[in-house]
Amino acid sequence: MADLVTEPNLPDPDGFYERLIASHQGLDDAASRRMNARLVLLLANHIGDPEVLGQALAIARDGFAETATRTP
Amino acid sequence: MVAAAARPRFAYVPPPEIDDDTVRRVPVVIVGAGPVGLTAAAEFAILGREAVLLDDGDTVSVGSRAICWAKRTLEIFDRIGVADRIADKGVVWNRGRLFHGDREVYAFDLLPEPGHRRPAFVNLQQYHIEDILLERVAELGLTDIRWRNRVTGVEPLPDGAARLTVETPDGVYRLDADCVLAADGVRSTVRRAMELDFKGRVFEDRFLIADVIMKAGFPSERWFWFDPPFHSGRSVLLHRQADDVFRIDFQLPSTADPDEERKPENVLPRLRQMLGPDVDFALEWVSVYSFTCRRMERFRHGRVFFVGDSAHVVSPFGARGGNGGIQDVDALCWKLDLVLSGSAPERLLESYDDERIPAAEENIVNSTRSTDFMTPKSAVSEDFRAAALELAARFPFARRMVNSGRLSLPHVYRATPLSTPDADAWDGGPEPGAAAVDAPVRDRDGAAWLLGRTGRRFTLLWFADEAGRGPLPALPEALRPRVELVTIARRGSPDASTVVDSDGTAFRRWSAADGTAYLLRPDQHVAARWRRPSIGDVALAMERAIGRTTPEAGPPIAGG
Repeated sequence: MADLVTEPNLPDPDGFYERLIASHQGLDDAASRRMNARLVLLLANHIGDPEVLGQALAIARDGFAETATRTP
Repeated sequence: MVAAAARPRFAYVPPPEIDDDTVRRVPVVIVGAGPVGLTAAAEFAILGREAVLLDDGDTVSVGSRAICWAKRTLEIFDRIGVADRIADKGVVWNRGRLFHGDREVYAFDLLPEPGHRRPAFVNLQQYHIEDILLERVAELGLTDIRWRNRVTGVEPLPDGAARLTVETPDGVYRLDADCVLAADGVRSTVRRAMELDFKGRVFEDRFLIADVIMKAGFPSERWFWFDPPFHSGRSVLLHRQADDVFRIDFQLPSTADPDEERKPENVLPRLRQMLGPDVDFALEWVSVYSFTCRRMERFRHGRVFFVGDSAHVVSPFGARGGNGGIQDVDALCWKLDLVLSGSAPERLLESYDDERIPAAEENIVNSTRSTDFMTPKSAVSEDFRAAALELAARFPFARRMVNSGRLSLPHVYRATPLSTPDADAWDGGPEPGAAAVDAPVRDRDGAAWLLGRTGRRFTLLWFADEAGRGPLPALPEALRPRVELVTIARRGSPDASTVVDSDGTAFRRWSAADGTAYLLRPDQHVAARWRRPSIGDVALAMERAIGRTTPEAGPPIAGG
């Protein structure tokens, strides 16, 4: 069973971060949210392994209060 | 403010050329007696060369300004004989701590392995660095320092040299120089006189710097806060300097009025909120600045060379301004020395741009990324930053994304024409173009450092299992006096040209085996390396490293 990789795995984290921010340039907030959603779906499909995706979902969700999800 | 007023003024002496109609010609003029110009003066003096150093002021730096001196810079300072004084006076630190809101996210150690002469950083105010360098330059005795001598004009001469117009309190004189180093800072008068470009990006955000004297119990570490309770929504950096002086940087909104922000009545409440009600402190110096990342298109213009902030300027997070400038000088002075003495062709000087423009680009890229991380420009970039900081508390991968400054490392000169590409297989060690790495060794006097045996001239580091024998006995005869041979032996006794690597650290860091050799330039960067070179290999690499790529073409072309 595979585990989610949480050790550094990107060859150039700063370069990736710069590209990530730059790729949102010129988008309004709503478009940026949609773009992020597409990105999550693309990467999830690439990963495929439900075990890994489950771990990622749990970590990403951790720490948010319940009410935060009900914001319209 | 307080400190600046207390600094001594250096005496202006009327230059001899003022009343002389003939124009004197000198080999080297350095413009600007900041850390970069003074390091150049010391480097030339170490190489046995005189220089005239012109400065438009008559004091050392006002305010602490550049404070973080990186390991590679300290190694260069070792070469010119000031690193011990700087380390003794300064604050050694290797550890950084990062806070988000009211909690610590993580801490990091910048130099996790022992066995290096110098630490990751020494913090020391720029005015102390300048005092120490001035003292050293005076000891070396080859520099003619002229205070209140302001360069206002630069004209090329037909033979490639430059004629400077210099203004003094007694009037104007002219001085011809075979080469000029413009170390006169971000507002370089030399650059303006030559009407050269200085392009890049100006960030809207402003930062308030305060030098604060206090006896607080902060350790010798770099502390960085994102969104702290005492400065909501922005970032703050704390550094310790010598004499109980602390540097505190507050990020300000882009709408902040610099003149208002630097008034003590506005600075003091910010500091009080940060330090709490019980800490006694006094304000030494305050400044407000905005970030810029700019550089000249080329740093060499004939025989005028731009070094330090005159050539390139970066935002301060990451300590790339002062350190980048010192490394410009490191890469330039030995080349000028060889060309001025006719030992290398003029084209050796072209490699200054080949080496230092990519280095400046690397510094600008890193500095821009840090600045962008610190000052998110949109809601989505704020979200990503918050996510990275939240995840960083638990997960190592996210710590690599949090960016409060990527600290200065020496640039690897991958694009330089002076390096000989690897022909052998390597699984580590400094590659061609990289700076030498230190290791503890034993010499005839006992414990020593490998880097102390290198620099100022070409060095062939030759690794051997046993002291006193090896595969290249003829090499020193063949290449002396241009190359100094230093043998690093696993076993045996040290002698005049042999050091012993008792614990194998040098062999490991240099990925060496019996017969491995590295050719190091006078600036301690690797020119070539081999598993088992012939004398011919070394001779060819030497020719290449001084800009003569076709040695069979004949004698060197004299510079000038």
